[in-house]
Amino acid sequence: MAKRAAPEVNAGSMADIAFLLLIFFLVTTTIPKDSGITRKLPPIEENDEDVIIKEKNIFTVLLNGKDQLLVEDELMEIEDLRAAAVKFLDNGGDGSCNYCKGAKDPKSSDNPDKAIISLKNDRLTSYKAYITVQNELVAAYNQLRNRRALEIGPKKGFDMDFIAMEKAYDDVKFTGNKTKLKEVIEQIKTEIPQKLSEVE
Amino acid sequence: MSKFKSKKDTSLPAVNTASLPDIVFMLLFFFMVVTVMREDELKVENRLPQADQIEKLDKKYPISYIYVGKPTKSLEDRYGTEARLQLNDKFADISEIQAFINAERGALLEALVPKLTVSLKVDREANMGIVSDIKKELRKASAFRINYTTAAGEATGNLD
Repeated sequence: MAKRAAPEVNAGSMADIAFLLLIFFLVTTTIPKDSGITRKLPPIEENDEDVIIKEKNIFTVLLNGKDQLLVEDELMEIEDLRAAAVKFLDNGGDGSCNYCKGAKDPKSSDNPDKAIISLKNDRLTSYKAYITVQNELVAAYNQLRNRRALEIGPKKGFDMDFIAMEKAYDDVKFTGNKTKLKEVIEQIKTEIPQKLSEVE
Repeated sequence: MSKFKSKKDTSLPAVNTASLPDIVFMLLFFFMVVTVMREDELKVENRLPQADQIEKLDKKYPISYIYVGKPTKSLEDRYGTEARLQLNDKFADISEIQAFINAERGALLEALVPKLTVSLKVDREANMGIVSDIKKELRKASAFRINYTTAAGEATGNLD
């Protein structure tokens, strides 16, 4: 009893455990992907035809060289930009848009299809301010699209917001009906198109 | 009492280290898999701005990278502190963008050419002048799909 040494631990299966761990990490690790705001640049038009757009359908956002924000000729803080853009897009002044919940102010935009956000920046504007403004404007569109998605989605069997719909559409493991989902996404995109123009 | 004493005397058997190589190999493999090789060596400062309305950049389609920022500390003496752009692994001029895009296209399968996305990795402190110039060149080169690559985070955090 007194002299008994502890038996040696069998380490033969250690390698198996190590490989198990290795395979686990192999399977679960995802390499981080780049992400960002995707934009489509307009092609260079050869014959510049002036398109006449009513003043009230344009939402002007100006960002000067000192990163100050001028929205519809009034100084504004960046925090208020999203709400102001939503208000403008959601106005539905001519009554043709039955999903708008805005003030129906005749002095503001007619409907989301006609509403254009015009973004102008200076050469000295800092990139971070520009990205922040872009982000807020995209957020305004997304907010409206999400709201619309939650209105029409449940009727078609998709109880999720617009961002979730787009994610589900790209997801290979998504089990629902993708063609139907595509239809819903396209419908929302045509109802609330992203019309963001950049002035040079 | 004597029982306890004799137990103290028995020396522990040496720990078996036969599996140590396995563990080391496991770590090695793990890092081999996880590590992404940086395609280009950065010569410019590149602190990306934050945004929260972002989409993932799909690696399924080809991506070309344009880096913009002021030269890194070690290169400041030679290149100054004005923001510059980097294509592949050297500084470039705005006028070289079209040639760069065409070269990138040349390396692609024909079907993928229109899917080419240009990822703009611009330092947050750069100003829009150089970005506007780049966008103009990209339009001339008919590379219309662009992505302002950003870090994830509250956008209003940029302005602090």
